[in-house]
Amino acid sequence: MIQMEFYLVVSTIMMFVGIYGFLTRRNLLAMLISVELILNSVDINFAVFNRFLFPGELEGFFFSLFAIGISAAETAVAIAIIINIYRNMKNIQVKNLRDMKW
Amino acid sequence: MDITLDLIVFIVLALFITVNAILAVTTKRILRAATYLLFVLFGTAGIYFQLNYSFLGAVQLLVYAGGITVLYVFSILLTSSEGDQAEKLNKGKFAAGLIATLTALGLCLFITLRHDFLPSHFEHGELSVRTIGHALMSGEKFGFVLPFEVISVLLLACIVGGILIARKR
Repeated sequence: MIQMEFYLVVSTIMMFVGIYGFLTRRNLLAMLISVELILNSVDINFAVFNRFLFPGELEGFFFSLFAIGISAAETAVAIAIIINIYRNMKNIQVKNLRDMKW
Repeated sequence: MDITLDLIVFIVLALFITVNAILAVTTKRILRAATYLLFVLFGTAGIYFQLNYSFLGAVQLLVYAGGITVLYVFSILLTSSEGDQAEKLNKGKFAAGLIATLTALGLCLFITLRHDFLPSHFEHGELSVRTIGHALMSGEKFGFVLPFEVISVLLLACIVGGILIARKR
């Protein structure tokens, strides 16, 4: 039998790897990939808490389900913005993005 | 603690996820980062399957691995030239990020492992799709019809917004 804490350790490591990537990457798409890791680790936590602590309920399950859908929408809009930035600046490195409007 | 097949599968999944997540944020080439992200998403789906949430695992595979990763690959190919590599960050910022992350990770793991959770027990048995469907479509106390409808409006808004932002002027 697998303890619940094992899953939590994996998702915690995954979350902080994502935060590390968010802090050290300087490319917009790479930062978005890190955000994706963070979201994914939280989804694991919801499913694990639902399965181990409240097996009769469905709240954590549905929260993960809706979080997957919302993160898909978030990624689509973020990538649209990034492509728009690339079209205007020919670059998606963070250090070149000094202006809000051009 | 005895070694069971469940535990072996879990350890393989955990190592797979951890290694691929670390590779995804440390590799120099962005397309490889997207590929490692795909592997992490596969591993997560494996964890959902192991928790007996097959529907959630299938959604994870379809939406994340099937949809989002393709979107990433397309946008990477659109926005970066060939042989594009991540630029070097200076040592101080690199070390600051690493130290901050490791400190926070240690703190979080310490709190998680010391905390007494409610008595947990793993209940075997698949969550049936009929239950999911009834809960998703009912407006009763434990029904989820309102978030279901709201997320459909959100997705519509995202379609419109994505086209509006990325269209050619």
